[in-house]
Amino acid sequence: MEIQYVYTKKRADFGRQCIFSDRPSELLVDIAPNPEALKEFLERDPVDRAIQVVQEMSEHDVNTERFETDSHGVNHAEGGWPKDVNPQEVEQVIRFRKKVEKDEMYVSTVQNLGNQMEHCIRQNNAIDIYQDYFSDIEIQATEEPPSAKTINVFRDPCKDRGVAHISWYPDGPTKLAIAYCNTDFQRAPKDTSTESYLWDVINPNKPELALKPVSPLVCLEYNPKDSHVLVGGCYNGQIAYWDSRKGSQPVESTEVANGHRDPVWKVIWNQSKTGTECFSVSTDGQVLWWDTRKLSEPIERLCLDPTKKQDLACAHGAYSLEYEPTIPTKFMAGSEQGAIFACNRKGKTDADKIVAVYPGHIGPVYALQRNPQFPKVFMSVGDWTARIWSEDIKENAIMWTKYHQCGLTDGCWSTARPGVFFTSKTDGTLDVWDLLFKQNDPTLTVQVCDEPLQCLRLQEHGRLMACGSQSGVATIVELSEGFYAQNRNERNLVNAIFERETRREKILESRHREMKLKEKKGGAEEEEEHRDEEHEDLVAKAEADFFAAIENEKKLRDRRKEEREAALRNGQVDEEEEAGTGIGDAEDEAEEKQELEKVEEVPEQAAEEKGESESAEK
Amino acid sequence: AEVEETFKRILAHKGVVGVIIVNFDGIPIRSSFADSSLTVQYCALIQQLAHKSRSAIRDLDPGNDLTFLRIRSKKNEIMVAPDKDYLLVVVQEPCDQP
Repeated sequence: MEIQYVYTKKRADFGRQCIFSDRPSELLVDIAPNPEALKEFLERDPVDRAIQVVQEMSEHDVNTERFETDSHGVNHAEGGWPKDVNPQEVEQVIRFRKKVEKDEMYVSTVQNLGNQMEHCIRQNNAIDIYQDYFSDIEIQATEEPPSAKTINVFRDPCKDRGVAHISWYPDGPTKLAIAYCNTDFQRAPKDTSTESYLWDVINPNKPELALKPVSPLVCLEYNPKDSHVLVGGCYNGQIAYWDSRKGSQPVESTEVANGHRDPVWKVIWNQSKTGTECFSVSTDGQVLWWDTRKLSEPIERLCLDPTKKQDLACAHGAYSLEYEPTIPTKFMAGSEQGAIFACNRKGKTDADKIVAVYPGHIGPVYALQRNPQFPKVFMSVGDWTARIWSEDIKENAIMWTKYHQCGLTDGCWSTARPGVFFTSKTDGTLDVWDLLFKQNDPTLTVQVCDEPLQCLRLQEHGRLMACGSQSGVATIVELSEGFYAQNRNERNLVNAIFERETRREKILESRHREMKLKEKKGGAEEEEEHRDEEHEDLVAKAEADFFAAIENEKKLRDRRKEEREAALRNGQVDEEEEAGTGIGDAEDEAEEKQELEKVEEVPEQAAEEKGESESAEK
Repeated sequence: AEVEETFKRILAHKGVVGVIIVNFDGIPIRSSFADSSLTVQYCALIQQLAHKSRSAIRDLDPGNDLTFLRIRSKKNEIMVAPDKDYLLVVVQEPCDQP
């Protein structure tokens, strides 16, 4: 039954003010009860119903105001002196003391206490009750499964931006500098904020300081020497530096004309006497050195040109930069085309400055880092793999991970353990690899968030990892102890792994070179014949080996047969032995061994019997 | 005189660095430390601590009372013998005698 109510209104009346008026009630519908429906129900008698008589309680959450604590010290001054005694005056003090000392109670008390005290002193002198008996037994590392826990999450107050770069405060894990930028080409909405923030780890609700550059920051780094200074590379190619004591505006920034022409993807502080040098790299193919005191012009310029001609036209744009403060003149840059350049800043000619070019990855190299404990070994992250290289082997990586389902965006070594490194992927997972434990798969995979993770940064001590995602959320993850507690043997073992792989690559390299030389000498055909010959040789060799092995087996079997027959001739014949020889299957070695033993026993028995018979004869 | 004797005897023990007798007001009656500011510091801190530990023991069990307090630190051990009116504090550097 449809209930409809229709009302009409003149078109001219639309939009007019509603004038309400009273009206008597009107019965619209009367639905009488349907006795037929009653047949579908059964009457229930008695009815069971449970009731509880319990104090009603309800749970509420309350968020209280933050309790502010403050630490203070207390200055102790002399006090407690009775009013008539002035503690500064020595005479009065002495007089007071003498008075107290004359008190009877004093004497007896002190004697009593003195006895107690002597007892304890003697006790102390007799045995050191706090002696550590088990100090030389090493605490075994607890075998807990590897895990990682999210500690804190920092959300970008503005929308539409991803975390472009994270830098930890150099003096301990208390602060983070996070650069936010929408790196999709020209897809950032016009009014996206250009601000990047400094966060205090304790307060994830509100950033400590906002940095306001002209264009969004793509990269941000604390100066490891001076923890108040930060340098940042902008999306428009400028570089600016801030002093966190001075406020949000950059203290100085480079001029657009002199700087890079593309976003400055990485800026790193240099090891220098003044502590103000930094260098930056960008997809326009240049590496520029700057002195932060004078940002109007770069100190030095280098083009990442693989043909070593410093030609900007064919230079590779670079995404990542690697610098180890202990090796101040060398650095490495990973390019957009996938090549890795190892460069020396102090090269005499421009060609010398680019020392080597490694083939790298299929796509841009997103991260490059030397192993903090083995500087010759470095890792690179790009396309769908992470690769480990040794400086000496220029043709191929010494180790690499398998190809993943999703691209890798960033990676770094662990500062605490030489065999551990981390990678972040576009499906939002953080992988922790432990080369000593498993080389094919990551030891631990943590799903940090649902959006792609764009960057990660390990804190110096190796316990905390900050990951930034594409939606602007930075997460701090704490790793389980196994990842930062170093074993004694670990260095050696990891060193052994790297050396083994390096050697393998060297051998492969040298063989490649030999083959290439042969090619050049012999020409194509001869080389093929050579290859065929080699094949045939190998096959023949394999056959010969095989037949030789069979021959040996045959000889062995024949020898055993002879021995058995000799035993039969000599003495007692066990029925078992007959059965044994009857089988004649040389395949059951165990049986053969038993037979051999029996065979040996039999001649012994035979000898005994012979002896007996001889003595019997005698 | 007897007090002197007791005092000297305690000082003579092996490892003892210093002895202080404090009264209930916190005034050092006798101290073997030459440095008076150190004496004052010890008095103030240790008296408060002894008082607090005494009240803790008595809170836990009203019939109980603090007889002796030993604070062992990395470098030395501070022993406090409390009484109704006075406090005897001895600082000792332990050494195990074989």
